[in-house]
This record gives sequence, C-alpha cells and structure tokens, in this order.
Amino acid sequence: MPLSPDEIQRLARLARLAVSPEEGEAVRAQLNRVLNLIDEMRAVDTAGVEPMSHAVATAPGAGQRLRADAVTETDRHAEYQAVAPAVERGLYLVPKVIE
Amino acid sequence: MSWEIVVGIETHAQLATRSKIFSGAATAFGAAPNTQASAVDIALPGVLPVLNGAAVECAIRFGIAVGGTINRRSVFARKNYFYPDLPKGYQISQYELPVVAGGSISLAVGDLQKIVRLTRAHLEEDAGKSLHEDFHGMTGIDLNRAGTPLLEIVSEPELRGAAEAVAYARAMHALVRWIGICDGNMQEGSFRCDANVSVRRAGDAALGTRCEIKNLNSFRFMEQAIAYEARRQIEILEGGGRIEQETRLFDPERNETRSMRSKEEAHDYRYFPDPDLLPLVLNEQDIDRIRSQMPELPEAMRERFMRDYELPKEMAQAITSSRETAEDFEAFWGHLLKLTANCDRIQGAQAANWVMMQIGAALNKSGLTITQVPISPLDRATLVSRIIDGTISHRAAGEVLGAMWSGEGTADAIIERRGLQQISDAGAIEQLVADVLAANPKSVGEFRAGKDKALNALVGQVMKASRGKANPAQVNALLRRKLLG
Repeated sequence: MPLSPDEIQRLARLARLAVSPEEGEAVRAQLNRVLNLIDEMRAVDTAGVEPMSHAVATAPGAGQRLRADAVTETDRHAEYQAVAPAVERGLYLVPKVIE
Repeated sequence: MSWEIVVGIETHAQLATRSKIFSGAATAFGAAPNTQASAVDIALPGVLPVLNGAAVECAIRFGIAVGGTINRRSVFARKNYFYPDLPKGYQISQYELPVVAGGSISLAVGDLQKIVRLTRAHLEEDAGKSLHEDFHGMTGIDLNRAGTPLLEIVSEPELRGAAEAVAYARAMHALVRWIGICDGNMQEGSFRCDANVSVRRAGDAALGTRCEIKNLNSFRFMEQAIAYEARRQIEILEGGGRIEQETRLFDPERNETRSMRSKEEAHDYRYFPDPDLLPLVLNEQDIDRIRSQMPELPEAMRERFMRDYELPKEMAQAITSSRETAEDFEAFWGHLLKLTANCDRIQGAQAANWVMMQIGAALNKSGLTITQVPISPLDRATLVSRIIDGTISHRAAGEVLGAMWSGEGTADAIIERRGLQQISDAGAIEQLVADVLAANPKSVGEFRAGKDKALNALVGQVMKASRGKANPAQVNALLRRKLLG
C-alpha cells in the first residue's frame, strides 16, 4: 500500500526530520518505490523458511560473543567533553527538555 | 455497582554487575557526572556494543528462580525514541524474543498464597539522567547510568488492587536480592516499578483501558499511586466518561497521578533487531552450571522450615523474608538443636520466636540490619536454651538479652553475675509455699470455697517472696497440690 502525505509527515516527526511538503512528495515517491520492491519480495513463497534477522548463522555456539564482567574503561570525560557544545560541572548541557 | 481494580507491574531490576551491559565502564553508584560514561555509552560514531556475560547469567538465574522458559535463542532489538539522556537515539532492549518467557512468583496475600504469572523478563540497557534544575535555562545530562544492565520483569495483569500489587513488588524485591542479581536499593534506583492500572465492573471478562504509572520507587508510593489512579478512573467512568490510555507520573507531595506524555506522541518505538548484536545463543552446559549454583529459594526454604522444624507459617514467612535473615536463623537454630537435644519442639519454636521478636524490635530501634546483630547465633541459642531448661524466666531473659546486646558477655556469665537463676529447687520452693499459705488464711479459704482466682494472689505472694526467681509454673502446681491435697 503506498504511503500517504500524512504518513510521510508522521514518519518525519518520529525521526525528528524537518521535511517540507515539497520535499515530502519526493521522499514519498522514493519510499513508495522501496515499498513496491518489498511487495515484490513478499510475493515469493517463503513457507518453511526461517526468518533471518542476522547475516551470520546462529547454530549453537555461533551466537553473540560475551565479555567477562570487568571494568576496562577509564575516565575520559574531559576528552569527550572537549568537543561538546556546552558543558558545566561535568554535565553535558542541552536545550531545556521538560516532560 | 462494585469495581475490580486490575494491575500489572513492570519492574526494572538493575543487575549487580561491575561493568555495563555493552561496555567496560564501571556501574558504581554516586561517581562524579560522566566519569563512568565510555565512548560506547555516549554513542560516539563507530563504536560497537559487546555483551557482558555476567548480565546474561543474572537473567538465567532469574529464569530458573521463577520457573520460566529460558530461551536458547533471544534477540536484541532497538527501541527508537529521542531524548537527550539516550545518546544513540535508541535503547538496546529485547522485543520479540526475550531471554526469559513465562514463569511465576508466589506471594502472601493475607493468609493466602497467590501465584502470579509472569509474561517475560528481558535484558536491556538503562538511559542516562536528565537534571532539570536551572543551568541557564538548559538541561544537564549525566550519562553515568547509560548502559547499566537492567532486567525488565513483566507480570501478567493478575493483581487485584494496590495491596496485592505491593505484595507482588515486595516478593519480587526479595527474590532478586535472594538470588543475588540485584542489590534492591530503591533509593539509588536499583529496583523501580511501573504499574499498569485499569478498572472494570465486577464480573466483566474484558479488561478496561489502562494507564501506566511510571517510576514508582517506594512501596508506599506504589500503594498510594495505584489507589489514587483506580479512584480517578472509577470517577471518570461513573461520570459517563472514557479512560484515555496514557502514561502518568505519581506526585507524592500531592498524592495524585498526572498525565506525562500527550496522546499525540503515542508510543511508536519502531523496534527492529539490532544489527550490531548477534542473537544470544545459550547452551545447556552453561544453564546447567548456573542451575547447580542456585541457592535454595525462599519458598522451598519456608516449606522446609515448616516441615522439618515444625515452625508456624507466619514465623517461617518472616524468617525467609530475606536470605540474610534465613541464613542467620539456620545458624541459630542449628546451635539451639544441639544445645537442647531432647526439648519439646513447640516449646523450642516458641522460645526461638520470642528471641527473634526481641531481636527484631532491637533492630528496628537501632536501625541496624540482621547481619549487624551484636549477639552471635550461638550466644542467642544459649540464651534460649536457658529459658527452655528452666534456668531463667522469660522476664529475666529479656534483661539478659539487653545486657548481651550492650556487650556485657555471654548469657551464662550475665545470669551468674546478676543472680537471675530461677529457684527450681523443690525444697526451697516448698518452704516458700508453706510460709505463704500460713500467712494468707483468707485467700486459702476463698480458694477452697471455689474461688479459683484466689490462687493467683497466692502465686503472686510466692513469686514476691522469691524475689521473682521462682518458676511460676512450678509454684502454681505446688500450690494446687497443697491446697487440694
């Protein structure tokens, strides 16, 4: 099902993207082409095929590698904060957010 | 028309690991802002998460403890939303395939045990902290907490009302501490609950529209918040209105809940499997190893205490409220059994209960915890054995316990020094009884005329004459024998 202009605006809002109505039309055309491609793929019979979310086989022993629970990182906040726009008393400052 | 209150609880238990779930930064509480936030935690470009094995082990321990299904394959997903204390723009969580599915927990509701089923438990990372005090009109962000491992535990909506919800939260709090996966410190935010509350007409099968109350960080607030929220919903429905599904915050100062996020921003987290993390695959050997290392669980221990030690239920319940209390009791009870090999079990349990009540009261007064009691389990058992073998009366035992608490020595030393032994020597008591009978002909006459109460006065006289050291039961028996014989 093709996306409507309203749906494009909603998706843009969720992704915090400013998309003007004109840009929205171009984005809509592109996204609808992607959805068409997906529709084509959905036409393939996949009964009995395991959904694949990762490109690596997950046979026993082949899953996520785990690390030991050890503190290996040191305090580098001065370096990290050197490139932050605003910092005070060790805190990153951001425009006021109130729930 | 009566209403039924329906509650489901989501608990965030901070897992007791040294390092974060996806980075090697420390998780210690109270560090200076951002000093424990690594490149991964602040989401610098190009970093990748690496899963902490200890966090996975905590989840498995929990799954075993609640009898849930430990999924041999679970998947991490991205939960997308924008907030400055979430630098990646998504939280790594689990969605379609959580590490633990199902399970249940048993809780005491009044005299009854209620089994509450769990929906799931999944691993996720915590967000940072926003400080809204005034920084020149800006908000301060501390990312030390970002990436701290959490186990989110979701109950089925099977709790009926605020009191049951609190009983559930307490039972869950006790369990996660018991199995050592969470320190349970609510002030520091290690154990937080959200409550999903709805109401329906008694007898209705369908659930009403629910509201979620966020971040309840004390049992008292949880009870107040749920009670308020249920009243609010009932008032709306009785006034002909409709409940809007929303997230609400509890304001303890005003004792009310209020709307937190507008409906327009209804949750749409656009979950998808995180391509940075492979599925978590668990093998049987690891699960078996963890199972073999599990401590005896509170419910099993409670039943064992009732069966093997013949303890009354309330007492077994109180002892198993925490692992520390239970371990302390087992040590104490072991000594007591050795010291009083052939004593009456019921008498033993009563005396043990007495000493525990005294210790409990002393702990409340002093603000200490069970592991800080200044009297060892052996010394407490010795004191109780002296009550059981009749050396001292209960009243004298109270005095001895107080002296032991302030470090005056062992029970026997204090009894000896203060001369608190009961007089159990039959000859000595017989002499006292004879004297009292001779001196109180009026009471003797009354008793013989059928006034049973007159005996109490005589017992009192003998006790007084013995300066409280005679064994009252012995005095009573002896008096009766003399008067009726």
